[in-house]
Amino acid sequence: MASLVLEKFRNREIAARVLREIRELDPRRKVKFMHVCGSHEVTITKFGLRSLLPDWLEVISGPGCPVCVTSTAEIDEAIELAKRGYLITTFGDMFRVPGTGTSLAGARTDGADVRIVYSVADAVKTARRNPGREVVHAAVGFETTAPTTAAEVLRGPPENFSLLVCHRLIPPAMEFLLASGEVALDGFICPGHVSTIIGSKPYEPLSERYGVPQVIAGFEPIDVLLGIWMLLKQLREGRREVEIGYTRSVRPEGNVVAQEKMAQVFKIVDKKWRGFPTVPKSALELRQEFEGHDVREKFDFQAKGIEDFAKGCRCGEVLRGLIHPSECPLFNKACTPEHPVGPCAVTTEGACNIAMKHPTAIS
Amino acid sequence: MCLAIPGKVLKIDGQVAAVDFGGARREVKLDLLKNVHEDDYVLVHAGYAIQVLDETKAKEILSSWEEVARGVAGA
Repeated sequence: MASLVLEKFRNREIAARVLREIRELDPRRKVKFMHVCGSHEVTITKFGLRSLLPDWLEVISGPGCPVCVTSTAEIDEAIELAKRGYLITTFGDMFRVPGTGTSLAGARTDGADVRIVYSVADAVKTARRNPGREVVHAAVGFETTAPTTAAEVLRGPPENFSLLVCHRLIPPAMEFLLASGEVALDGFICPGHVSTIIGSKPYEPLSERYGVPQVIAGFEPIDVLLGIWMLLKQLREGRREVEIGYTRSVRPEGNVVAQEKMAQVFKIVDKKWRGFPTVPKSALELRQEFEGHDVREKFDFQAKGIEDFAKGCRCGEVLRGLIHPSECPLFNKACTPEHPVGPCAVTTEGACNIAMKHPTAIS
Repeated sequence: MCLAIPGKVLKIDGQVAAVDFGGARREVKLDLLKNVHEDDYVLVHAGYAIQVLDETKAKEILSSWEEVARGVAGA
């Protein structure tokens, strides 16, 4: 894929043409689409796409930031393990997310050994370099990231390596939102990299059960605009199905090797999401044969974490698509990217963080 | 979190490839893919290649819109 081809997904002329076609598909009513991926929110806000869209069309952000939906209990588990003297590794996004009271960053300030890694492979390397210490990797992420964790487990990490598995699955959360009826949606922009792994089939029951159009989109501005255009076309033509717009990466069957490795290593369980109640069949846990690397089995560990959010924080409603970040009373006042109160303000993929960094994009 | 970056496979050594990201070279694991070849463009997430990108499909989508865009500009 020559970079020249990729650059064209930012071409102004093509973008203008797609926008014209979008306007021509005016259904003469308000339309609301939701995306469920932090990277989509980055593209939409960074390139000011909302300001280019017609007034009748709203694109809102859903629960697409894995760090934001990791429960307080899981964050507290990681912090507690750090305080007990284990060497904790995690992704940069997770570092400053508040649990009950403090964060992993706070624990490090108090002397705990918390290290940021780029890949779970780096966490395993850390364990090999520190044979006398227990290294615990807080494994956060959706279906894009879970296969990398599975691959390292299957590669056979050292005995002093264990996992705090916080992986979650996106389609069950989408179904939860549709079933709750809290927010009326006319379509989903499905996540391009999650779908690179899982393919288009897992979304199909949602279109069948709830009559909702879905399009899997990539992450360049034209990818997102094309996704919106394809959704509007479905509405115009009365179709309710799953289509792939991000064809250079997503195959209908997904990445079968990655799916097999995930299935080999993990089982699917019900789990609470931050800002949500327990979502059925929405998370992963290590299978019994790998419990030697499961920190919860290894150390007979109990989660605590009861409150999802600090007082006044409306991250839960942001994650469920009920309000725009700027509608939260703490937004850019008591809560900023530098001094975050809620998880959505911390990470580069949190809707509040993105909105605060691009103030001109707030309408 | 689900950020993934395209890069070009320079050399494959078993389950590891040297991948070029616009000048920066990094080692990438290939455990999650079958049938990767040198000169392929792969999508890389957290140190692992997760897909071989299909340039033909990318061009297909672009060319249909490019024609429309050109037609309008020339009118």
